[in-house]
Amino acid sequence: MADAVMQSPEAAAERLTRPPLVRNDRSMAWITDHVASCTERSAPKWWWIAFTLSASLAGVSVMCIAYLISTGIGVWGLNHPVGWAWDITNFVFWIGIGHAGTLISAILFLTRQKWRTSINRAAEAMTLFAVVCAGIFPAVHVGRIWMVWFLAPVPNSNAIWQNFRSPLLWDVFAVSTYFTVSILFWYTGLVPDLATLRDRAQNKMRKFFYGIAALGWRGGNRQWKHFEMAYLILAGLSTPLVLSVHSVVSFDFATSVIPGWHTTIFPPYFVAGAIFGGFAMVLTIMLPARAIFSLHDLITDDHVDKMCKIILLTGSIVGYAYAMEFFIAWYGGNLYEQYAFINRATGPYWWAYWSMLFCNVVSPQLFWFRFFRRHVLWVFVVCMFVNAGMWFERFVIIVTSLHRDFLPSSWGMFYPTWVDIWTFVGTFGIFLTLFLLFIRWLPMICIFEVKAVLPEADPHYDHDAHSSIASGPTQGGSH
Amino acid sequence: MEKAGNPKAKLFGMAAEASSATALYQAAEKVRDAGYTRWDVYSPFPIHGMDQAMGLKKSWLSALVFCGGIAGLTIAAALQFYPSTIEYPIIVAGKPINFFTVPAFFPIMFELTILISAFTATFGMLALNGLPRWNHPIFNWDHFKKVSNDGFFIVIESTDPKFDEEKTQAVLESLGVNNLTLVYGD
Repeated sequence: MADAVMQSPEAAAERLTRPPLVRNDRSMAWITDHVASCTERSAPKWWWIAFTLSASLAGVSVMCIAYLISTGIGVWGLNHPVGWAWDITNFVFWIGIGHAGTLISAILFLTRQKWRTSINRAAEAMTLFAVVCAGIFPAVHVGRIWMVWFLAPVPNSNAIWQNFRSPLLWDVFAVSTYFTVSILFWYTGLVPDLATLRDRAQNKMRKFFYGIAALGWRGGNRQWKHFEMAYLILAGLSTPLVLSVHSVVSFDFATSVIPGWHTTIFPPYFVAGAIFGGFAMVLTIMLPARAIFSLHDLITDDHVDKMCKIILLTGSIVGYAYAMEFFIAWYGGNLYEQYAFINRATGPYWWAYWSMLFCNVVSPQLFWFRFFRRHVLWVFVVCMFVNAGMWFERFVIIVTSLHRDFLPSSWGMFYPTWVDIWTFVGTFGIFLTLFLLFIRWLPMICIFEVKAVLPEADPHYDHDAHSSIASGPTQGGSH
Repeated sequence: MEKAGNPKAKLFGMAAEASSATALYQAAEKVRDAGYTRWDVYSPFPIHGMDQAMGLKKSWLSALVFCGGIAGLTIAAALQFYPSTIEYPIIVAGKPINFFTVPAFFPIMFELTILISAFTATFGMLALNGLPRWNHPIFNWDHFKKVSNDGFFIVIESTDPKFDEEKTQAVLESLGVNNLTLVYGD
């Protein structure tokens, strides 16, 4: 700091200047062209290879589900006492990943974090695809899937209504609302960019489909006025929604009387974990996409740096929650609760517990250091650890709590079958297939929002007097 | 002056292009002060403060969404109270079903409030904007395609009570805009 004081006023001003959100003074036309052309070029070879692999993997998942439905839930390794295992683990894992997308698009919007503009579109798409993967598991885990309409709020064939006081029914409403609102939010934000693709379309097919999808958007200020209000309201609605979804998911566990589940810390703990795991997944798919499409001027190293800081923060909250669970188990004085937690750390699933702790709490601590936040390879490695760790977290919570019932005669272990394993592995295929289709057909960066954070988008921008010092600390537009 | 569309069809308005967001903003202030009411500025992104520059009031979409939220809350309350207390109360493990169990209904009330509000926000926005629609006279001007890339346009519509080809042309020319064009319908 002493150095900074000694510097000349110009150098000090330079230090105070915010790094620009778009690097290399790119023009609006450059942004349009660079982002839109990703969808206009014919698909490169790597895309076809990746698509074939991921679509095949998705096919494996679909076949496993067909086998499950045609044969019965016994093809999974479920047993007594472990009646929920990989199915619900995978459900919570995937739904949690979705949360980062909504956090970026809604909460960072409300808090006026303008750096979100270049990553929100892809992150929201990721939300949708993750929720698609998540939705598979609760639907098929009921066994007789043709009865799944019993969850809908209509009386069933015996004229019996649902139990609206059950957290499982809350979950149906929470997840389906989350998916619907995420689609509405995503599509609303897409409309102006679809108009861009429509106006650039060279052939009849593209003109027709993007023309329909853009809904006749013209970009008049009388339209922007309502558009901006709608976007603000949707952000305002999505913010409590995203916090509620994982809270409701955690109620599935917390309202039961199973030691290890019956804790009040669950809602905030689950929400923090969801954002933590979601940001790791955002980086996992954005870093390769950024490299392939050379989007380094739009998704800058500062973006990656900021996301790493959020991972560090939420990872530490998760670490605090793990510690607090242990503390309350001891402090609460309940014998079963104490046993459940000691058993987690030292029982037959000790390896899962310590893997979780290493991946989720220890590995993100690297992000205290700028060196690791700025090196893409390190960021990627830590994110892979976090992805794995968050799956282990759900596995630990679900299986270790169930496998030791109150009576020792009801103790057991869970062993996954090949159907368990391939259904889960296949969901990555579904996720990647949808994402690959997304980057081929839709602009993966929100074109109009990125333009709006350029310095010349400010109506009071002085075109003649502009220089990096003159615009001072507000460069990058913040008012 | 340039003409776009079919000159025999109805005149939609007089259009011009501004060179930047700043120029468009300053042009909007002048057109507002000249007393025009049926006009609009077009830009690739929403321009901060343009509503004031045009003299527009706040969007009342929020009022619609509020009604949507109330509707969602009401639907959720009815959906849960009626079956759970009147139509088919289920007693689970001897737990009460009286009014004091109402907190158990809050999550679904919350979710449906959000759901209907979000539907109202999206579809209300489209309705207020007159979307979706198949076509619009302004699209007859080929140059207007730039609006979704880096073009800034201003259009004074022929239905404006103050619209007069010569006077309006003079107003637009005084703004320092270029590509003055008469845009007709099909």
